Amino acid sequence: MLLKYLTGKNEDIPAGSSAIFFGFSAIFWFVVGTGLGSFNAAKLAFPDFVTGTELFAFGHMRQVHVLAVIVGWISMAFAMTMMYMTPALGNTKLWSEKLGLWTGMMWNIGLSTALFTLWIGITSGREYSDFAWPLDLVILLGVIAPLCINVIMTIAHRRTQGIYITNWFFGSCTFMVGIVLLVGNSPEYFHLTGLSEAYLTWWNAHNLLGLWITPVAAAIAYYTVPKLTGNPLYSHRIGHMHFWSIIVFYSTPASHHIMSSPIPEWLKSFASVEGVLILIPAVAFVANILLTMKGKWTLFVENIETKFTMTGVLLAIPLNMQGGFQQTRSINWYIHGTGWIVAHAHLALLGMSTFLEIAAVYFGLQQMLKRKVYSLALANIHYWFVLIGFCIYWISMTIAGLIQGAGKIYEVPYIDVVIAEHPYMIARWVGGTMVFTGNLVWLFNMWMTARVGTLVPEGRYAHELAYDR
Amino acid sequence: MAFKEYRLGSAMVGGALGLSMIITIFMPSFDLRSAVSTKMALEKQLSAGFDIGFGYADPLLLGINRPLTVVLDADPKTGAKFDPPVTAYIYKPGVPMPPNIRHPHDLGKGVQDLSEGLGQIGSVSGSNHRVGTREGVVFTVGLGEFDGEELSYIENASATRGWTPDATLAAAGDKNTFKISQGKTEFVVQGCWWCHTLLPEQTQDWQVFGAPPYLGDFNGENPTAFGSDRKAPDLLHVGSRNSSREWMLLHFFNPRLVQVNSIMPRFDYLWGEKDAQGNVIDYDKWRVEYLDYANGKRVYPPEVPDYAPDSEIRALIDWVLSLK
Ligand code: HEC
Repeated sequence: MLLKYLTGKNEDIPAGSSAIFFGFSAIFWFVVGTGLGSFNAAKLAFPDFVTGTELFAFGHMRQVHVLAVIVGWISMAFAMTMMYMTPALGNTKLWSEKLGLWTGMMWNIGLSTALFTLWIGITSGREYSDFAWPLDLVILLGVIAPLCINVIMTIAHRRTQGIYITNWFFGSCTFMVGIVLLVGNSPEYFHLTGLSEAYLTWWNAHNLLGLWITPVAAAIAYYTVPKLTGNPLYSHRIGHMHFWSIIVFYSTPASHHIMSSPIPEWLKSFASVEGVLILIPAVAFVANILLTMKGKWTLFVENIETKFTMTGVLLAIPLNMQGGFQQTRSINWYIHGTGWIVAHAHLALLGMSTFLEIAAVYFGLQQMLKRKVYSLALANIHYWFVLIGFCIYWISMTIAGLIQGAGKIYEVPYIDVVIAEHPYMIARWVGGTMVFTGNLVWLFNMWMTARVGTLVPEGRYAHELAYDR
Repeated sequence: MAFKEYRLGSAMVGGALGLSMIITIFMPSFDLRSAVSTKMALEKQLSAGFDIGFGYADPLLLGINRPLTVVLDADPKTGAKFDPPVTAYIYKPGVPMPPNIRHPHDLGKGVQDLSEGLGQIGSVSGSNHRVGTREGVVFTVGLGEFDGEELSYIENASATRGWTPDATLAAAGDKNTFKISQGKTEFVVQGCWWCHTLLPEQTQDWQVFGAPPYLGDFNGENPTAFGSDRKAPDLLHVGSRNSSREWMLLHFFNPRLVQVNSIMPRFDYLWGEKDAQGNVIDYDKWRVEYLDYANGKRVYPPEVPDYAPDSEIRALIDWVLSLK
């Protein structure tokens, strides 16, 4: 069927096909990514677990986990939401379903190739842009560029007067992430060396988070929360404040990632101040969504999508508090490079961002398939497994990070730090495995939804129907 | 449909992003470009060579087409004795040139002038630096004076002293040849940098991990691979703390032989199929015997095999011990 659509006429492809394709691909990569995460965590807890083969060594697997969840799960879930939210908000159809399906195909093929080459050790050696540069170009031109065109053309062909805040984010973030990848990978294209290379590596990593993952995840909530609750967004103006302050403040503090390297001092100070200013968009977002929930908090318990969304929004509070302050010099020297940062990164990607996306994927898949989710019980199992697993992970890594920080400043022999961390490494593995298990349940649940979920009548929303199981 | 405020909005997004890039990329580039290469940077650059990551000369990152580092007791051409020994960097035909031969400006003020003047790096023959030269080049690090300041610079020993790659390699012998560039490739490919950092921090770290690097310590290095998630000791100066090849040998084969609580993975697979004597290494037997030892059924652990001269582990240890 996919093949027929890929070669067929655009008009013949049913609306929502690309969203469904992206949705299932995203869930698949989520299962793969978290499975790898659990495997890696087991290796850190028990170093002799699966030993002696080059390909299953920790150093070959770690980056595959990171990029599978970022480029596979998170970014494909973003593309999925763009495929159905952008047209819905413009009261129109997706500009080209065919292009959307092709993008999804290219994405899966490109990412599989890139992850495979990375796995066997072909890398640029630059964190978060680890792929060899020809593959970076494939992703930029074959994936990000068509996605951006599709989104922006859909917005241009809208049949509404204004552009809703979500679409402002979608349109500009797909464009900006292209620029970030282009500039951020320039050390590979132009063979830049030394601190320029190091700085651009972190410029790239920072802006992938700042101009892609964080804002797009927030933009999703601006759509799902009003839709699910039936309340209008509390304030579109505050939404715009969020939008503009993200672009201005989040795009500048890249150097706070390498605070302890000899980059110019003015740059570090500047980054530090700008980093605290990220609290402005952060508070604007959280406040706006919480105020939108007014009078509808029962849905937080009753409705699975709201449950995921609001958990994500609530997790944004500790995320931003950590993010704003941990990069100032007075705190950064203590926790830099420790497990604290690992915990924070998972709070951002597995906590806030993932929870918002899971909700949007649940919502969108039901809407596009026109079927009610197969089982509420399974969805709840999914929720609790991911939430509890994440919490175990986050708390244990935060503690491990504080231990490492203390070890660092008191110059404790390193091996004592390794010993002290061991229980937390085991906890981390338990947490990661729970997340993985939860995702397997989710994949099954969505598969069953596509096959036997109760049909949603024309003109109704899936969340208005009662759950069957 | 065309509302003006959207045009304005889009222009403002572009403007804001552009401004942010001017501040965060264009402005720092002046500071970063003004960095003057230190001796450490020159040694790192010459021993590592062109990009360690994916490139035309070594697309699969097997450590091929890489420079070799040798320590010479005597001049390969004249035979005159050196005291102290001199380190030379051999770029055989087809090995890409170190980055700053093509971009001498990045060496920084003074170092560039000395390298181009006394060091004659401009005379490196062959126009395409990425595929290397036809005859090969030998470099050394010289010490000169610029504006009353002592600076190290790159010397093209093929031009200044007439050293050829083959003669230099023969003069050094295998014992004094170090595959540092291939070793750094292993460091990147095997993912050591997901646990180890190459960046002692400015705030503490001085006593155990050694001095944090300076602005000019990185010129010509790609990738810098600082590492962001430190689960293990910093390695930037590890060769000064521990220079024992035997310890490294045991530690890489199975870290738990020398440090029972280590979480470092075993890198025994880097030994390859055969040991130094050409015998096939029986890994299964070794693991069984090791398990017996770990469970207290043996008093001594099994012997760790000697590595073959062309094994990957040799290159890796060469690189680790070069980190002074
Ligand atoms: C899973 C994390 C991990 C990986 C991957 C790893 N190491 Fe280690 N390494 C450690 C830990 C923990 C220690 C400290 C305990 C010990 O001595 O084994 C250590 C110690 C060392 C030491 C001794 C440091 C000192 O201060 O004496 C060296 C050298 C070293 N590792 C090199 C490497 C190299 C080279 C690689 C890649 C081939 C590598 N390590 C990969 C965790 C790791």
